[in-house]
Amino acid sequence: MKKKFKLTDLDCANCAAKMEAGIKKIDGVKDASVSFMTQKMMIEADDDRFDEIMKEVVAVCRKVEPDCIINM
Amino acid sequence: MTGKQKNMLTRIIVSFILYAGVLALGKTGVTEQFSGTWLYFLLFLIPYGIIGWDIVYKAVRGIINGQVFDENFLMTIATFGAFGVGEYSEAVAVMLFYQVGELFQNYAVTRSRQSITELMDICPEYANIEENGELRRVDPDDVEVGAVIVVKAGERVPLDGVVVSGTSMVDTSALTGESVPRGVSAGSEIISGCVNGSGLLRVKVTKTFDDSTVARILELVENASSKKARVENFITRFARYYTPAVVLAAVVLAVVPPVLLGGSFGEWIRRACIFLVISCPCALVISVPLSFFGGIGAASRIGVLVKGSNYLEALSQLDTIVFDKTGTLTKGEFCVAGIYPENMGTGELLELAALAENYSSHPVAESIRQAYRESCEKGDTPDVSRLGEVREISGRGICAIIDKDEVLAGNGKLMEEHGISYRKCEEIGTIIYLSRAGKFAGSILIADSVKDHAEEAVRKLKESGVRRTVMLTGDRREVGEAVAGKLGLDEVHAELLPADKVERVEKLLGELPDNKKLAFVGDGINDAPVLTRADIGIAMGSMGSDAAIEAADVVLMDDDPAKIARVVKIAVKTMHIVRQNIIFALGVKALVLLLGAFGMANMWEAVFADVGVSVIAILNAMRALRAK
Repeated sequence: MKKKFKLTDLDCANCAAKMEAGIKKIDGVKDASVSFMTQKMMIEADDDRFDEIMKEVVAVCRKVEPDCIINM
Repeated sequence: MTGKQKNMLTRIIVSFILYAGVLALGKTGVTEQFSGTWLYFLLFLIPYGIIGWDIVYKAVRGIINGQVFDENFLMTIATFGAFGVGEYSEAVAVMLFYQVGELFQNYAVTRSRQSITELMDICPEYANIEENGELRRVDPDDVEVGAVIVVKAGERVPLDGVVVSGTSMVDTSALTGESVPRGVSAGSEIISGCVNGSGLLRVKVTKTFDDSTVARILELVENASSKKARVENFITRFARYYTPAVVLAAVVLAVVPPVLLGGSFGEWIRRACIFLVISCPCALVISVPLSFFGGIGAASRIGVLVKGSNYLEALSQLDTIVFDKTGTLTKGEFCVAGIYPENMGTGELLELAALAENYSSHPVAESIRQAYRESCEKGDTPDVSRLGEVREISGRGICAIIDKDEVLAGNGKLMEEHGISYRKCEEIGTIIYLSRAGKFAGSILIADSVKDHAEEAVRKLKESGVRRTVMLTGDRREVGEAVAGKLGLDEVHAELLPADKVERVEKLLGELPDNKKLAFVGDGINDAPVLTRADIGIAMGSMGSDAAIEAADVVLMDDDPAKIARVVKIAVKTMHIVRQNIIFALGVKALVLLLGAFGMANMWEAVFADVGVSVIAILNAMRALRAK
């Protein structure tokens, strides 16, 4: 399943790159992109574990940029 | 400015005033006896705290989260280092300057993001539905196929549909870059994203919002930034190694020389701090994607959708361009391409033909009537009262009585059978010969006409550095060669089956020089495999041909091949800007690192090499948006 999320307060481009790299490492994530320009995140992951995976995604993002909010 | 940015500005101003105050206090000598004392240090801590508390806070939080090499951490270490070696005023100044730079950078990015998204501001917010004679605004998402919506003057068409009633001029510029409004009336198809110029339109919805043009375009553009160019990937990888490397160098610089050479640690720590300030790769990480984003924005402004920065990069290396003929270089519809009268005016011959063909339903007849309507100012139909008996002779043409004269209109056989000596027309296409009262009157050429801008398209592409222009067509050899000759194409391969086209393109791909790219331009109808096989598949969007939009990498919204040369220009300019930014940012950083290592650069220059360079690179990147 592919899903898109809007991000608020993603202030640095390097953080976006770090988030993207971090999310891609999560088990079950097929593809991910974090766009600093559009302030959007796209995640493609296994359907049945999507919610679990999203929790990990949030944790990864919080680590890199605690101020950034994922609008789910 | 956003609230956050305003807040930051206030902090900068307050901190600057306090900083200037403390500095002035130092100059007047009042605190001279305090210089180097705790009080002097504490006084500087006030403006530092105001301007830098969040940086220090974020740095601590970063360490807890295991994010060692982030900007905040580096700035904190650098300024703490400066405090440590007694450079109080420099420490505050660096933090202040850094925040000013960050603010400016933030502002510039917000602005550029806005101006790019404004370009793509084609999303309708509501649809009007008529209920019991009253209009009600609903979410376009909730409108079902088959419903009738009302679009008032000045409103954006929310969903694709067919006009049921009303006439208007609609502005399609947001979708196609075409500034001339298009007339619509009952029966015309209308696509979402257009702006209704004048009249009230009732539109029967034919597609749900998710399937309509607007939603599809927005989806494409948003996904565009996830397909990254090689340069972008290079920068991301580079950034991953750059920061740790510079930080390591800073540590070495702070420890090794004083231990080996003796002497004070202070001076070397100061130099190491300069390294830390420069170690953020932000200028590159922001400005490179921003340039591509701007380039994609500029392309969409002229009605060309580029589905990823990688394609923009590829377009800048375009060497061979392969065109499909029908629907790409030619209009794909038959119309009068030439009128060759004999002893009468062109208008007269066309009128004669239009009269003779008045009742025929043959496509040739339709195109002649069409040409006649266009040639008359009022768009008249011919005066049928002049028309007598009309006979259709199957496989030959038409025999009609006009003004009591017998008029023949048809192929060469018709002329021969009636014993009329006619002048054979050598042009390529379908030819209609006409005679009046037994005398040859002239001929009319009906052909699939070349698009208005096709020749210009080929010429401009050659000017922009494309070496080889090729046309592939399933059509007859003579037709293909005639079109290719007219347009000035280098090569033509005719009488090809769709599978042959793929083979041809593969052969051409094999002949490309290194680092050069091949583009295929087609209408997407039966060339989807070729579109995917080519480095860059360019499709005629043709306002909603789904297959084309799906298969292609670049979509020309208004099917105008001349736009290809323009988008190549945009691509080249974008790549120039990207290269400038990379060279400039790395150059300045390398220079300041070098000067810093030898003690010839100060903190100020280091901060400039960091945020100053970022801001300049961002401003430069914004030029991509204005590329034409």
